[in-house]
Amino acid sequence: MNATARRDAAAAGDDRVAAARVVLGTVPDPEIPVLSLVDLGIIRSVEVGSDGALEIGVSPTYSGCPATAVIRADIVAALAAAGFAAARVRDVLSPPWTSDWISTDGRRKLAAYGIAPPPAPVASVRALVNTEPNPACPRCGSADTELLSEFGSTPCKALHRCRACLEPFDRFKCI
Amino acid sequence: MSARADAGVTVAVPDRVRHLLRIADTSLVLAQRLGEWVGHGPAIEEDLGLANTALDLLGQARLLLAYAGELEGRGRSEDALAFLREEADFLNATLAEQPNGDFGDTIVRQFLIDAYQLELYEQLMTSADPRLAEIAAKAVKETRYHLRFSSAWLVRLGDGTAESHGRVQGSLDRLWPFTRELFDADNLDRAIAVAGIGPQLAALGAAWSARVDAVLAEAMLRRPAASPYRWYGKQGLHSEHLGYLLADLQHLQRTHAGASW
Repeated sequence: MNATARRDAAAAGDDRVAAARVVLGTVPDPEIPVLSLVDLGIIRSVEVGSDGALEIGVSPTYSGCPATAVIRADIVAALAAAGFAAARVRDVLSPPWTSDWISTDGRRKLAAYGIAPPPAPVASVRALVNTEPNPACPRCGSADTELLSEFGSTPCKALHRCRACLEPFDRFKCI
Repeated sequence: MSARADAGVTVAVPDRVRHLLRIADTSLVLAQRLGEWVGHGPAIEEDLGLANTALDLLGQARLLLAYAGELEGRGRSEDALAFLREEADFLNATLAEQPNGDFGDTIVRQFLIDAYQLELYEQLMTSADPRLAEIAAKAVKETRYHLRFSSAWLVRLGDGTAESHGRVQGSLDRLWPFTRELFDADNLDRAIAVAGIGPQLAALGAAWSARVDAVLAEAMLRRPAASPYRWYGKQGLHSEHLGYLLADLQHLQRTHAGASW
């Protein structure tokens, strides 16, 4: 392969990676379908493997999350439907996923959906001493909320209640 | 920690596998115990809390068992290791297999193990074995959350009514003797520590003690005296309870070999 052909091949690879990223941005999280896998921040890499197939690096949110297997299957199916045959999913454990990686867009979508998003990732001494403030109610916006349960309907959520509008709501756990 | 250079090669593979199984089996067996609570929790929040903790522990066990199987190189998958090993081949801490008892017993067992796993995973994050360090870095975040849950309940029960205080102190007295095993290093533990793959168990025990004592004080609970008796679950010598637990855990794969969803 001469230099020009190599450059063309690389450019084609870049195009495929960019196109695959667009597809991944349309794959919803199976538990919280308002978020795409890209919004959730679990897509760690999109690469073209030595055999020409796409290889997607994915981080689990929680080690035992039952959605992990579904996510893997959804990625392969969505890419296949978009013409990327034989895409592979690779687990990426390190560095571990953190709720800080949920995109700004993702945070907005969560709030609109009724799930209090984790606070924006800013350096805060509160995180060190474990005194994160209570989340604002995603329905009425009141800051007067309380924790009902450390664990909720999925591994990634906790259950809170608003003292102003009295509605319970989910909160995305910060890890 | 300076002894950690080039480690990992100094411990034979079967010993590294056994070390991984000790960590993995403790999580797997405890996950199975917590799973027994599903539908029986004192309130929906606690039911969810115990089930979610079980799920995290199961996830950690899967990562560790899959790695142990690969390292062993005999073609055993995570499922083969979980479902097809005999009781004596399980190397979990004896504490993990103790029956659920009442909610207080379960919370005490959980608290003691959460505090242990948190110290352990924090140390394993700098393991000379990079794959184990990765798994520990993932698990440590979940474990921190578990400890918050079990600590809060221990304080609520210990510093609650006379009834709850008396019962949870009884749970602590009964379960405490099983904690000695966690920090009593045997030859394998020592070899693993020298190679920089895992921590010195004596130092781990000191850190665990400090963490546990602080919560016990807040919970108005008395730390029981050290027990002279040792358990050896991590060497495959278990209390009577593990066999029954495995009968439940392994029943399906033993009766319908290779069954899958």
